[in-house]
Amino acid sequence: MKKIAILGMPNTGKSTFFNRLTGSIAKVGNWPGITVDLLSAKILLGGDMVEVVDLPGIYNLHGFSDDEQVVRQFLEEQPVNALVVIANPTQLDRQLALVLQLRSLGLPMILLLNMSDEARRLGVHIDVPGLARALRMPVVELSAKYGQGFPQARQQMEQLLRQQGTHRAAQTGLLQEDDALGRELNMLLRQHVTIPVQLKAGWSERIDKLLLHPWLGLPLFFLAMLLLFEAVYGVGTPLQDALGWTLDTVKTAWLIPALAGFPPLLQDFLLSGIYDGVGTVLTFLPIILVFFVGMSVVEDSGYLARAAFLMDALMSRLGLDGRAFVMQLMGFGCNVPAIMGTRILRSRSARLLSMLIIPFSLCSARLQVFLFFTSILFSPRTAPLVLFSLYVMSLLAALLTALVWKRRFSNYEPMLLEMPPYRLPTLRQMLSQGWQQSRHFLAGASGFIVLGVVAVWALTHFPTGVTPAGPDTLAGILASWLEPVFQPLGIDKLLSIALLFGFVAKEIVIGALAVIFGSSNEALGGIISARMDWVQAYSFMLFTLIYTPCLATVAALQRESRSWGFTSFSLLWSLGLAWITSFFFYQGARALGL
Amino acid sequence: MLQHITLEQIIPGQCAVIQGISAGRELSRRMIAMGLRPGSQLLVLRRAALLGPLQVRIGHTEIMIRRGEAAKIWVQPCPGDAA
Repeated sequence: MKKIAILGMPNTGKSTFFNRLTGSIAKVGNWPGITVDLLSAKILLGGDMVEVVDLPGIYNLHGFSDDEQVVRQFLEEQPVNALVVIANPTQLDRQLALVLQLRSLGLPMILLLNMSDEARRLGVHIDVPGLARALRMPVVELSAKYGQGFPQARQQMEQLLRQQGTHRAAQTGLLQEDDALGRELNMLLRQHVTIPVQLKAGWSERIDKLLLHPWLGLPLFFLAMLLLFEAVYGVGTPLQDALGWTLDTVKTAWLIPALAGFPPLLQDFLLSGIYDGVGTVLTFLPIILVFFVGMSVVEDSGYLARAAFLMDALMSRLGLDGRAFVMQLMGFGCNVPAIMGTRILRSRSARLLSMLIIPFSLCSARLQVFLFFTSILFSPRTAPLVLFSLYVMSLLAALLTALVWKRRFSNYEPMLLEMPPYRLPTLRQMLSQGWQQSRHFLAGASGFIVLGVVAVWALTHFPTGVTPAGPDTLAGILASWLEPVFQPLGIDKLLSIALLFGFVAKEIVIGALAVIFGSSNEALGGIISARMDWVQAYSFMLFTLIYTPCLATVAALQRESRSWGFTSFSLLWSLGLAWITSFFFYQGARALGL
Repeated sequence: MLQHITLEQIIPGQCAVIQGISAGRELSRRMIAMGLRPGSQLLVLRRAALLGPLQVRIGHTEIMIRRGEAAKIWVQPCPGDAA
């Protein structure tokens, strides 16, 4: 099969072009030895099936940033028929250098000047035929976002492919040093490109004056984040609840009667193991979809780079940047999409550090558990303060983790970030992001999540013949072994079984407690307040907050880091931190006679 | 006489011409790829609060650069741009 690779600098609209070319069929390909997700799609182009690969945005083919190494490795190892290079014509003065570097690889190439509408507005003029002759490659102007010029670009690609029957890998040894390219670059610019020296004070500058204002910038940033949070979770959470309710209804109305003839154990396995496992996966989809639609607005509008600018002074001290802060905040709604969203951080180590701290964000599922416990064990006056203290603990755990591990995950990537002009995101871009990420989650995480749910089901239902989730099940036996570990935290055996359920999803902890205590959900409050005092309850909440996010978060961590080592490390670190925190709280409170 | 100062010292609203970059190979390459090459003229738009980064315009590109990295770029204030 023929293969083409799409390349270009960041912020040139490379992915927009890729999406327009391939529709929404792209998926994450598996390329040996490459540790980042590369989207690829097989499309019909010029009568042949052609595999199109979207390579990460790079500034320089010589560089050693993670993305630059990935691109170089890909070009060396994967033979391609042609390269499609995307450039922003308003920045051709610096982007042509990359084009010339790529040309020296000797592969067939086509240059697409994207955002030509924007360039024209800014008074940039390019002599396209002249440039094409001088570069000895087809050059096409287009707007990938709105579609003008796209058919011509596609046609030129087809023609190029028809001429190129063979495919070959690049020999990066042929790469010319930049100095040698400098003279040609200057000549090309002088002869074929007219860029006005002075820009008119445009929209972007005026918006920046407000949004990056020395005093107003940060308050506006927090306001924007609050709005984003409300929009994403205000829409996503009810959708998630509705889907959960539908799944439950289907289960009681149809599945239970339909399975009535089966042996009870098989019934329970199918319903509480498989069906609930699949249900757990599905309930994350609305949140992920809405989240990435929201993030697409923030990113494509250009505001994300401004967030990085505003928060950099604080975040650089933690070894991170402002974009990581946005993800951390969004994690307070749900950790799963926030972890997936760290993909905007292009350096792997910064990404791993960010993924390490996001699970401490007190998500809405954990909030449900805390609301339940605070309402039954604390007075209405103190309950909000207790809840607030848990949010503070959540931030402290993240902060401590970042400070402890920032050296281990130190980031050598230079923090030079382009601040693109503000642009209107299109509905097409937003939906394609949401759709792609949902599919990505389904493909990558669903197996692991279903397996985890089934495993916990098995632990709480075997051996047969005893009360499910009771002290005689495997889970109960495990809890007995672990009693010496949890006793110093004031967490008794039955509650530690609930923690096992909490590993699957925090939403089911309350329901699991009801099963464990053999009570109804309504009577549970009374039983718990009779069994434990507030010190024990707070210790239990602290542990629940820190010990581990849910199975879906673990699956996302594994999927995004592509490393079981990192995933286990993250789990062990949070378990350890949870134990130490609860231990000091519980023993401290008891020592004070509370 | 030429007075050499670094980009970090340029006051927002002022323009400067890059004289040289004294950074490692990797960082210099990235700077050049973003348009920060000797001889080119840039404009410092603003500095973020709390010793945060600078927003700099060079050609049609606006970038944020941390103060530590800006201190590695030698510049000369634009002629006629009295400080």
